Amino acid sequence: MDHAVDAEQLAAGPGMLQRLDPRIKTLGLLLLIVTAVFVKSLVALAGLFAFATALALASRMTLRRLAGQVWTGVLLFTGALALPAIVLVPGDTVAVVPLLDWAITRQGLRGAAFLIGRAETAATFALLVILTTPWPQVLKALRSLGMPLVLVAILGMTHRYIFVLLETSVQLFEAKRSRVMGPLPGPERRRMAMASIVVLLEKSLHLATEVHLAMIARGYRGEVRLLDDFRIHVWDWFALTGFLAVAAVAIAWQWLYP
Amino acid sequence: MHIPDGYLSPLTCAGAYVVAAPFWFVALRMIKAQLQTRLLPTVAVVSAFSFVIMMFNLPLPGGTTGHAVGLAVAPILLGPWAAMLAISIALFIQALFFGDGGITTFGANCVNMAIVGPLVAYGVYRLICGNTPLTSRRRVFAAAAAGYLAINVAALLAAVAFGIQPLFFHDAAGAPLYAPYALAIAIPAMMIGHLSLAGLAEAVISGGVVAYVQKVDPRLLSPSVPPVTAIGGTKAATPPAGWRPTRALWAGLAALLIASPLGLLAAGIAWGEWGVDGFRDAAVRAQIALASGHVAPPAAVPQGMERLSSFWTAPMPDYAPAFMHNEYFGYILSATLGAGLVVLSVLLLWGLLAGARRPRAAPNP
Repeated sequence: MDHAVDAEQLAAGPGMLQRLDPRIKTLGLLLLIVTAVFVKSLVALAGLFAFATALALASRMTLRRLAGQVWTGVLLFTGALALPAIVLVPGDTVAVVPLLDWAITRQGLRGAAFLIGRAETAATFALLVILTTPWPQVLKALRSLGMPLVLVAILGMTHRYIFVLLETSVQLFEAKRSRVMGPLPGPERRRMAMASIVVLLEKSLHLATEVHLAMIARGYRGEVRLLDDFRIHVWDWFALTGFLAVAAVAIAWQWLYP
Repeated sequence: MHIPDGYLSPLTCAGAYVVAAPFWFVALRMIKAQLQTRLLPTVAVVSAFSFVIMMFNLPLPGGTTGHAVGLAVAPILLGPWAAMLAISIALFIQALFFGDGGITTFGANCVNMAIVGPLVAYGVYRLICGNTPLTSRRRVFAAAAAGYLAINVAALLAAVAFGIQPLFFHDAAGAPLYAPYALAIAIPAMMIGHLSLAGLAEAVISGGVVAYVQKVDPRLLSPSVPPVTAIGGTKAATPPAGWRPTRALWAGLAALLIASPLGLLAAGIAWGEWGVDGFRDAAVRAQIALASGHVAPPAAVPQGMERLSSFWTAPMPDYAPAFMHNEYFGYILSATLGAGLVVLSVLLLWGLLAGARRPRAAPNP
């Protein structure tokens, strides 16, 4: 929840990506995520990663924030998963692990670099979308990219009620904890978790009924309308051209420098 | 089990979106017809519920903890189609807003955790509990088994998606471009954790939630029972519906799956199923001639056959998965996967037809 509030503040602040039209920005960054999955050259992947970092810095994001919110987590998870590949993937031996005599292969190293590079680059671009665009604007951008209106409306409400239900869950656990002394045994804690889930479900269904009645009372008849106040400026077109050019060069790199 | 971006090739990601799209379409139509103006708030709040329960940490026997995905809880409490939508939306927000799971791999994550997992859970739950009363202990066991099987099937699908990457997507030097481990490594690596810890967490949470619901409000279990069963087991006068009439068929299907290795006893190649290599093998050529009324096959492999033979490489050629060294178990696994795919396709078609037949309801005032 703290991260979400922090992200809202950053999205509302000044910065290069914050100035762009959300539709152009979402489209461009999604395109770059797909490009990061498409490229078949490590140099192009490194270039995309550098581009993502440069965009983040130009959007008032610090390297510390990027490292804390994406890079370290992805490196720990994907790195742990990719590390054994350097000896498990068969190929040309480039070194041998001392004592264990395991052969480190060129193909294994490249495979691990691809996996970590793609995961880091795609996650950085995804973070840029979220940290520089308020959630309602992301949804409106998705709508203009062709997502059905009803799904956009559901996503907007879901996002809102996640925070409501998270708060309810925290209150449920606090209420229970404040009434017990000392740590509970395992079976009792399991029972508490089950009880919380069921109570949360009942509260959710009750909430859905209340929200529905409130919507009906305000004139909702099954049709959703979104306010669309976006304006595309010249710099948005420049930015989109830039995103497209970077994506094209990254994909073409394998043929330009085979 | 949330597959991040970069682990799967664009082709695999696109294939997963193609598989998932009709399920989303049918689920949305079914739920829209049922809920009408309630669609938006109900699906939104239930999706938020699915999201939140994925964050619940559960203390497990042995001192460790695990978190459930709710693959069985959601379809048992909401019905399969609502669960499909709710988990998909929860996964979308996780991917986009919280970075858990990728954006390009969102389709694959949905196929595993929002479509196949809940469908398996729902099927197993209904199969085991049948028409027992809502307060029956059998339902607790059914939910636990459904959760355990569903999460393991979902994990197996994720492992297969990982494992096929190095087979099909590598550079000229053989370096894997995406997930680097073959099926022989990916499947055990994924399944060990899910068959033990994650499966246990899902079983405990699914069984526990159903047991608790039975005590406090058994009506919550009604979305996953056929209309003939009421609380306390009282039956209405309507004819039996749901899975019950087909129970014998399911038992027969299970027996056939187990008996599938009998196919290994059959000698020779079925007429017309010869491969390119068969035409080059003298013994197989003799067999073809014998089976074709002593008409000798062409001296060389037919050009079209040779050209098209490499068009598609089956992931499990000859019903023998590469990672399975025992051919009998390989046969059973292939039969189970094949039958599962057929059942899923039929369910999807059934949903599509049901959606098309349902008259368009007038909007609520």
